[in-house]
Amino acid sequence: MLNFMENIEKLPLGSWVSDFTDWISDSFAFLFDPIKNQFGDGLEDFADMLAAVPPVIVILIVAVLAFFLSGKRFGLAAFSIVGLLLVWNQGLWEELMLSFSLVLVASLLSVIIGVPIGILMSKSKTAESIITPVLDFMQTMPAFVYLIPAVAFFSIGMVPGIFASLIFATPPTVRFTNLGIRQVSEELVEAAEAFGSTGAQKLFKVELPMAKTTIMAGINQTVMLALSMVVIASMIGAPGLGREVLSALQRADVGTGFVAGLGIVILAIIIDRFTQSFSLKKGTSI
Amino acid sequence: MPVIKVEGLSKVFGKNTKQALKLLEAGKTKEEILKQTGSTVGVNRASFEVEAGEIFVIMGLSGSGKSTLVRLLNRLIDPTEGHVYVDNEDLAIMNKKDLLRVRRTKMSMVFQKFALFPFRSILENAEYGLEVQGIAKEERSKKARTSLEMVGLGNYIDQYPSQLSGGMQQRVGLARALANDPEVLLMDEAFSALDPLIRKEMQDELLDLQETMKKTIIFITHDLDEALRIGDKIALMKDGSIVQVGSPEEILMNPANDYVEKFVEDVDRSKVLTAYNIMKRPETVNIEKHGPRVALERMQKEGISSIYVTDSKRNLKGYVTADDASIALRSDVTSLLAIMKTDAPTVTKDTLMNAIFEISHNSPVPIPVVEDGKLLGIIVRGAVISALAGQGEVNLTHA
Ligand SMILES: Nc1ncnc2c1ncn2[C@@H]1O[C@H](COP(=O)(O)OP(=O)(O)OP(=O)(O)O)[C@@H](O)[C@H]1O
Ligand SMILES: [Mg+2]
Repeated sequence: MLNFMENIEKLPLGSWVSDFTDWISDSFAFLFDPIKNQFGDGLEDFADMLAAVPPVIVILIVAVLAFFLSGKRFGLAAFSIVGLLLVWNQGLWEELMLSFSLVLVASLLSVIIGVPIGILMSKSKTAESIITPVLDFMQTMPAFVYLIPAVAFFSIGMVPGIFASLIFATPPTVRFTNLGIRQVSEELVEAAEAFGSTGAQKLFKVELPMAKTTIMAGINQTVMLALSMVVIASMIGAPGLGREVLSALQRADVGTGFVAGLGIVILAIIIDRFTQSFSLKKGTSI
Repeated sequence: MPVIKVEGLSKVFGKNTKQALKLLEAGKTKEEILKQTGSTVGVNRASFEVEAGEIFVIMGLSGSGKSTLVRLLNRLIDPTEGHVYVDNEDLAIMNKKDLLRVRRTKMSMVFQKFALFPFRSILENAEYGLEVQGIAKEERSKKARTSLEMVGLGNYIDQYPSQLSGGMQQRVGLARALANDPEVLLMDEAFSALDPLIRKEMQDELLDLQETMKKTIIFITHDLDEALRIGDKIALMKDGSIVQVGSPEEILMNPANDYVEKFVEDVDRSKVLTAYNIMKRPETVNIEKHGPRVALERMQKEGISSIYVTDSKRNLKGYVTADDASIALRSDVTSLLAIMKTDAPTVTKDTLMNAIFEISHNSPVPIPVVEDGKLLGIIVRGAVISALAGQGEVNLTHA
């Protein structure tokens, strides 16, 4: 009994996966290469553009937005000003902007892909039963694992970072979109139908507006996951604050590592409050 | 011609719908079918017609299939079998495009929990049905305003549903349904979520509106008092079947079976029956031809102590009592005019029993039922009491 397992050879699961990955990266090179080059260039331009804006202006804009988004209160605005000034003072401004643009693009893509998938799930039981386990898989797999195929497909830099982030960060948006739409009360859906709405009218005029708060909560999670992935993606050459942390780690330089880490925390808090206040604000008008 | 005609309409929820239908044909009960097939019978071969301008009430206990039936009428639920004709078009086999058209232009629905869109203002809510038709902003907001004004909410158009009370919210629901000027209004327990006073107010308002609108209204309720109050016709449901369709009086006075009888047992008849239902043919004398002698003879013959006086055109003039008539005879008075009294309180044929009860209590003579000055009939006090007790003869056909 005990040596039962010894008689079975180890399944070559790992080599299957790597064969499969190789095959994909070879066969779809025609797709991946332009993405890598053009999309990568676009990304860099965007990040450069952000970094080129004088920090004072960025800080001012963020503070004003924070003031209004948090319902004309000063807390978040004050925090944003102090936090961003600190990052600037530490000479990490450019890194901050790089990380931010990565998070922004990755999150936007996640939302663009995730919301329609969530809608599909909410409309079809079959789709839901197929997609749910895939989402579970995507989220429980350690984030690092996605870096490997990402590198295989897109070599190193920002693009594979965003690719890995897409896989890792999209699930909450999908799940919450599905949940939000399914939670819309049956009477409201009936009302929409009884007045002769088409499927699209029902979706855009009733279901999505009703699900908005829930979807925003999902997007908030997606953004936070994207941020954590952007940090991890520094391991495959994604630039930004993560890279500072990584290099500090390699040099066992506690001070620099802490400062860069603090920058990430500040970015995280600002982004989190922004996306949250956005969803809450929409929610309270209901 | 009926606006809505339902023929053999059934809905079975679950998998074995074919088998369940067969069992229904074979006369099995809802419970037996659930046990045998695992399917729930929602509506069981319902057939009825609704005339234009009628308030047709569908009534029944919880789970009797009212909501299912009303949702079959606009096909929010697809029928398992049968036909729903709206203006001679069969919704049951209609394609999607036509169904949208019917829902947009012919039928609107009012919901139990109002089903207002919380993120839309009152005006935007009322506009919804017009908006999905692609009607231009200006026109639809004009129409929506008009219908909001009709329900008395003209000043609230910029508020949001959560800012209004329940009664007001349901007015918005009603305005939303009326905004696209449908022929048919479907109201599923529309007033059930409101507290009793507001509810009564809404019933009155619906009746008022109906005076001018003349819509065909399908009104669902589980409350018999409500059904009797507003219904022109009432359909009573049990376990998915319609057990009786009739006017409120018919349902009350001639229940089709034990179930209906049980249902109507506790009802407050005084709020339903009218003077017309309990009046009887009056004994009269003609003021132009008769004197005290004829009056006294007729009273003695019928064993009554007073008699009504009319002219040749049956216009009510007054009444004379037997005592006065015999005094007049003895003192050689020949004209009825001298002894006629005119203090009898009158009612119309639509006066409700509870009002009549008050009057009959204080009146020494039977109460005359009058229309345009003409005497239609009289109500004796005994008739009021026996009708309230659910006995006695009742006129069911409407004049
Ligand atoms: N979607 C559904 N799936 C399965 N069974 C259903 C469904 N909807 C209704 N039913 C069943 O059909 C029957 C009729 O339900 P329906 O809701 O029409 O009753 P109702 O008369 O409106 O009751 P209530 O007064 O509680 O609203 C019930 O036995 C119910 O359990
Ligand atoms: Mg119901």
